[in-house]
Amino acid sequence: MYRFILWLVLAISTPLALLAQKKTTPNKDTAHVSMEEVVVISQQNLSQKMEKPLSSLDNYLEKSSLINMVRRGSYAWEPFINGMSSERSVITIDGMRIYGACTDKMDPVTSYVEITNLAKANIHSGSAGTLGGATIAGSLDLVRKKSYFGDTQWKGIAFTGFETNNRQWIAGAGTSIIRPRFYMDVDATGRKAENYAAGGQKEVLYSQYAKYNVSSVAAYRLGEHRHVEASLIYDHALDVGYPALPMDVATAKAFIGSVEYVQHHLSPTILLSKTKLYYNDVTHIMDDTKRPIVPIRMDMPGWSKTAGFYSVLQGRVAIHEWNATLSGHHNYSLAEMTMFSNDSTRKDMFMLTWPGVNTDYGDLALKDIIAINDDWKATVNIGVGVHHNKIANTFGWESLQIFYPGLKQSKTRILKRLSAAMEHKGEQLIYSLALAYGERAPSVSEGYGFYLFNSSDRFDYIGNPWMKNEKSGNATLTATYAGAKLSVKLTGAYFYIKDYIIGKIQPGLSPMTIGGNGIKRYEQLPHATIFNSALDVNYYLTEKLTWSNRCSYRRGIGSDGINLPLMQPFSYNSGLTYAHSSFTADANVSGAVKHTAYSADYGERPLPSYAVINLSAAKRFAFKQQSLLVKAGVENLLDTYYTTFSDWNRVPRMGRNFFINLLWNY
Amino acid sequence: MLFQIKKISFALVWLSLLFVACNKTDNNPTPVNELEGLKQAAVITNSTHTITLYTATGTFQTGYNAIYFQVKKADGSLVKNATATWTPMMHMMSKSHSCPASAITMKPQATATYGGHIIFQMPSNSTEYWELSLSYTIDGVSYTATSQITVAASSHQVVTSFKGSDSVRYILALVAPTQPKVAINDISAALYKMETMTRFVPVDKYTIMIDPRMPDMGNHSSPGNEHLVQGADKLYHGKLGLTMTGYWKINLQLLDTAAHTLKGEPVSDANPASSIYFELEF
Repeated sequence: MYRFILWLVLAISTPLALLAQKKTTPNKDTAHVSMEEVVVISQQNLSQKMEKPLSSLDNYLEKSSLINMVRRGSYAWEPFINGMSSERSVITIDGMRIYGACTDKMDPVTSYVEITNLAKANIHSGSAGTLGGATIAGSLDLVRKKSYFGDTQWKGIAFTGFETNNRQWIAGAGTSIIRPRFYMDVDATGRKAENYAAGGQKEVLYSQYAKYNVSSVAAYRLGEHRHVEASLIYDHALDVGYPALPMDVATAKAFIGSVEYVQHHLSPTILLSKTKLYYNDVTHIMDDTKRPIVPIRMDMPGWSKTAGFYSVLQGRVAIHEWNATLSGHHNYSLAEMTMFSNDSTRKDMFMLTWPGVNTDYGDLALKDIIAINDDWKATVNIGVGVHHNKIANTFGWESLQIFYPGLKQSKTRILKRLSAAMEHKGEQLIYSLALAYGERAPSVSEGYGFYLFNSSDRFDYIGNPWMKNEKSGNATLTATYAGAKLSVKLTGAYFYIKDYIIGKIQPGLSPMTIGGNGIKRYEQLPHATIFNSALDVNYYLTEKLTWSNRCSYRRGIGSDGINLPLMQPFSYNSGLTYAHSSFTADANVSGAVKHTAYSADYGERPLPSYAVINLSAAKRFAFKQQSLLVKAGVENLLDTYYTTFSDWNRVPRMGRNFFINLLWNY
Repeated sequence: MLFQIKKISFALVWLSLLFVACNKTDNNPTPVNELEGLKQAAVITNSTHTITLYTATGTFQTGYNAIYFQVKKADGSLVKNATATWTPMMHMMSKSHSCPASAITMKPQATATYGGHIIFQMPSNSTEYWELSLSYTIDGVSYTATSQITVAASSHQVVTSFKGSDSVRYILALVAPTQPKVAINDISAALYKMETMTRFVPVDKYTIMIDPRMPDMGNHSSPGNEHLVQGADKLYHGKLGLTMTGYWKINLQLLDTAAHTLKGEPVSDANPASSIYFELEF
């Protein structure tokens, strides 16, 4: 680690020393950092470019070249940043930490919000740039949509949509009240979908879902530069099918609340101070009653409660734009499993799959963006976290001691991170290099899971509380060219991960799950390497016609030579967009080449290549202050039967689907 | 009469408690309840004494029974210096036999409670009954007391009686855990061989191999198990990993001192259970 830091410091200080010769002038435009990627979500300022404005948040996030969404059904996809599972990233909602309550990753944090709650998603690659806490892969912060104080105004949006393939109805409305000293936003959205059909009209059973979400933000201005804000999200999904898994979900419920105090212009050097207190409560109840044949009936509820805070100071001193964040949270995760014997005279079989684990985490992060001159900018991040786990449930503690005799109830870890980036901004060419070091603690499942069945490799997984921290060094190179006719963005990110956490077969141990292949315990590979690359090329054929292309490729290899699972093969998207005043039309093809670097050890199978064609058109009608956006299209025009690397257990994707979205702004 | 004694003893205990409370420096131990956690299971009387037998459940059951008793004189005082032996006898339609029974010793930290264990390998019923005889000596005078006792069938198999490949008849009984947990449990068992219909002796230095399984869940096993070997207390001790609550079948194999299997078969896909086993359900 120290050699890496030395190397990192050297790499950064060399250009800095060279540039120190130049006369430096503060750059006003320091906000732009190319290490950050932003996915815009809010409909209010939605450009018509989004293929389907009312698609799920999962679809929005999938547009980012940093993110893959791993699909276990129609709903609640798991975001993989830089090809790494969600344990390796920090996912927050407006900076708030939330822990899913499902041991089978049926409820990633992103499933507890709706597009109507959000303005954008800020994605940081690697541990560079994140203020959210210890991470390896990167961070994803979902930014709440909110109004701001202003002249008295009342506005709203109402929308509805329908999709033919799975008879999905989407409906919702939002309204904003704006006053000089007060604002409030309220929105509600509902979705209901039936089973979808894969290409060739093949019905995918247990792919239905229903969800509703209500949220509100209200703020009151205390003074010219001070205000308080309260935010609430209530999200409830029910009857959610997971065709890729052996079980469904009866209900997944989250309550996410916060209060925040914001102060601007504290002094010439401190521009902003924010302090937020938050609490969230997640309940997740799995359900096997819809499956006609199961080896054994079971109940698998899970609960997760998190309370936390963060306090941010932002300011500017000479050429430094700095940010200091102090944050902390407390989480309690508990998951049960009760199996009912087919012999009704027998007692129920009960176990704790998450043994009531407390996670206490405190973190200090410092960030400095240094505008060396008009062309050069450096970003330095440093952070340290204290991570403490305690098995709070005695039953669970004793259970884990079956595998770990003498296991201590508590474990404390120090998690460090450091990154530095240089960015050069020329007339048309921007390039940047970021080097980062990060560490993370094992997740609740990885550290303390007890017989968690993985339906892909069909092994029961046992957590390992004795693992070391996982450590990563990564380098990210970005080059962007923006010409009059052509824009190109090339990104390459390389991760060297030491003590890589992954399940390893424990020979001689018998699986608990009926039909399981055996037991895997979380262990650590000496190292693993992951390479990510993406290329975006946009060509402006005429003023109205743009040809957009994107391709990406990821490769992950463990030190034992094994392919890491869920790595994206070479995938592409190419489309033509025609835009003329308020009308847009889009035709694109997306596909992937044959997947050969799959991970058989983790249950993956080879995949053929595929390509699907999507068409859409939109028109915005304006009436005075109001406007109506109509967007309609067809996805998978040729009704191709296909599945991708990110489809859990190779569950097929949706076949031909016609959709219409109507959004009325007033 | 008994009621009055109770009252008086209660008052005495109360007074002594007060006395202790008032004298913090006093080192006299507070009186221990020698019968704590025990329930009366039977009363056997003869012309001179009343013998009250106690077990944790208040019943006798097939399998290993830790049995305690007190001997009371006609005046109600407890006998503190008795030496005793016991003989359980099963009277069947055609024959009679005994069962393994330990020596009787004073209960640890007790002054008038005696105890030991008896392993009933079968329950009593309307036509076949168990009879327990106590022979005891107080101050050089011998007494006996005999009574029929009721032995209920345990809800699960906690004792097994079998003939080994060496043609010896063995009796193997589960002693602990009595309250199993989802954890690594201490497991112990008592092993006897039957020399005659009335003579059972503990077997030394064998090995009892265990393979706990859940037949209702694909017959999966559990980690953390250690085979049972004999301890200083003559019982066999090992470790039993139970990964969840519910019904467990503890498949057994008995190995002699030369590690020859005397009884029991390994569990496999083709053979879901051994011919000897214990059951636990919690």
